[in-house]
Amino acid sequence: MTTRYVLVTLAVLAGSLRASSQEPAPAPQQPSEVAVVITGDPGTPPRYAVPDFIALTPDAADAAKTVAQVLWDDLAFEREFYVIPRDTYATIPVARSPDQIPFNAWRELGADAVVFGTVARTGDSVRVEVRLFNIRTRQSVFGKEYTGTASNPRLYAHTIADEIHQQQRALRGVARTKLAFTSDRNRERMVGTVQNRDVKEVYISDYDGANVRRITTNRQLNLTPVWSPDARAIAYTSYRRGYPDLFIALIYQGVQQEPTKGGTQNWLPMFSPDGTRIVFTSSRDGNPELYVINRDGSGLRRLTNHPAIDTSPTWSPTGTQIAFTSDRAGTPQIYIVGADGLNLRRLTTAESYADRPTWSPAPFNEIAFAARTGRGYDIKIYDLATGATRQITFGEGSNESPAYAPNGRHLAFTSTRAGRAQIFTIGRDGRGVRQITRDGNNYTPSWSN
Amino acid sequence: MRTLALPVVVVLVLALVAGCARRQPPIASPRPAPPTIAPPPARTVPDPPPPPPPPARVEESVPVPSEPLAEDTIANRSLDDLNRDSPFKPVFFALDSAELDDAGRAVATANAQLLRKYPTWVITVEGHCDERGTAEYNLALGERRAVAVKTYLVSLGISPDRIRTVSYGKEFPFDPGHDEAAWAQNRRAHFVITSK
Repeated sequence: MTTRYVLVTLAVLAGSLRASSQEPAPAPQQPSEVAVVITGDPGTPPRYAVPDFIALTPDAADAAKTVAQVLWDDLAFEREFYVIPRDTYATIPVARSPDQIPFNAWRELGADAVVFGTVARTGDSVRVEVRLFNIRTRQSVFGKEYTGTASNPRLYAHTIADEIHQQQRALRGVARTKLAFTSDRNRERMVGTVQNRDVKEVYISDYDGANVRRITTNRQLNLTPVWSPDARAIAYTSYRRGYPDLFIALIYQGVQQEPTKGGTQNWLPMFSPDGTRIVFTSSRDGNPELYVINRDGSGLRRLTNHPAIDTSPTWSPTGTQIAFTSDRAGTPQIYIVGADGLNLRRLTTAESYADRPTWSPAPFNEIAFAARTGRGYDIKIYDLATGATRQITFGEGSNESPAYAPNGRHLAFTSTRAGRAQIFTIGRDGRGVRQITRDGNNYTPSWSN
Repeated sequence: MRTLALPVVVVLVLALVAGCARRQPPIASPRPAPPTIAPPPARTVPDPPPPPPPPARVEESVPVPSEPLAEDTIANRSLDDLNRDSPFKPVFFALDSAELDDAGRAVATANAQLLRKYPTWVITVEGHCDERGTAEYNLALGERRAVAVKTYLVSLGISPDRIRTVSYGKEFPFDPGHDEAAWAQNRRAHFVITSK
């Protein structure tokens, strides 16, 4: 009886997206690590069952259904558990309280863990309680209670999934992270041109594609959004002045910043890991070169100086190096240079065309990029420790613009495999492809912390 | 009346044939006259009509302008109309290339002549790329294409102040197709008149 579930109330700020990503440090877990962690049969991941949550009030039925379905998806996403398909336990009676959980029936289904949850609604607020039971010991190994707005039940499932991954696997889940991308889904025509040109605007969504929100509204071309490390700002390239320039949207404050302040052509911004600097491409000196600028617009510094194209910069996780694309050898290839502009070296040598390097977060030490393979592109990953390159997409449409999830285990990318250009996510091992967007054409994802 | 008509017609025809042989007036065709022109004999007057006079020549002097026609169908059009059916031809590029080939230089030279003819015009050269490049790299490649054209126009004496450049990468393909014909159309420097 050393394991008792911890009941912690987390006040989820009503209506605030900040609550989804800015959460206090998790409470210390029970010291008895061995008993808390639910294991599967030897050599296999533990098998999780996520039955319907119980609606304690009649108006909580929809939220209860949503929380269970989204939690199933979230727990399956990291592939740390085998999450048993929900339709296989439709015949198992739903427990109305923890002491009614039919452990024998779950045992017969082969489950190692079962989630029990309730949702109660009072007006516009809900209270969600969840427990995770070890079916062998019949003990609760995780328990928590949440309160907040009823407007987005998915957020409770995302929070539960992240905390279960943290407790059971010491893994930083990504269920509360977001994607930013550019899309022509609003089908607005660009003004000021006689051509038929669709605008592209910046949008964000949850990591699973739900909860889409539009960020830019200028009806021009808005490209290559990237998250700030604190996930509260998005830097992007906008043609609102008729030429490409950098803008930063503080998305929860409705504030717009212009670090490069107009007058020169700048594109493809990328925040440094500490959020204080931006590396970008600019033709301000006549040729596409890399520059670094402080986020407030001060301290401009030129990083490259070569008559060829230098573009598509990305920071190393420590902020000391920058990977980028250059055609100085005749074709676009990936290079690395120190953030001080020194120690340039070429990375890719076997590709005919390589672009959009993106540096993985620790503990992985690799750079993903888009490589030309036949008619289109595929995502490849260069291992910096071994120098080996592996491929994770294989000609299903054209696959471009990879971006790592903050835990390094997944990438988002643009693919035409479903016809039009859409955002997909995939494991860094090339497994578990999920389609994120379906409306219009969608491009160049960035994954928030 | 009826007995007189036939000889009169015969005489008339003979007179016409004789006249035809001498003077060849336009209506004296040796062909039989169409029925609508030849009136029925019963309704003709007994006296033969005089041969029609030759048509009078009506002439008017046409003034010849002392200089070429001033009507300029290009200069009088609105910016939108001009750009919709542009007098500037696009410069096309090879795959992954931002270099002007012979055909590209010829087009750029012709466009430079237009810029000299309309010295107030200001243009934007848009660099475009086909979908075979990546979205990110194409932004730089399109910039290089636009700048290559601007550099060439400046070398032909056009003021750089009249030429702006912008790259749209592969964001605005002119041909939405996915074959070589479409790609060739989309690798271009596109000229837009921004003021005149």
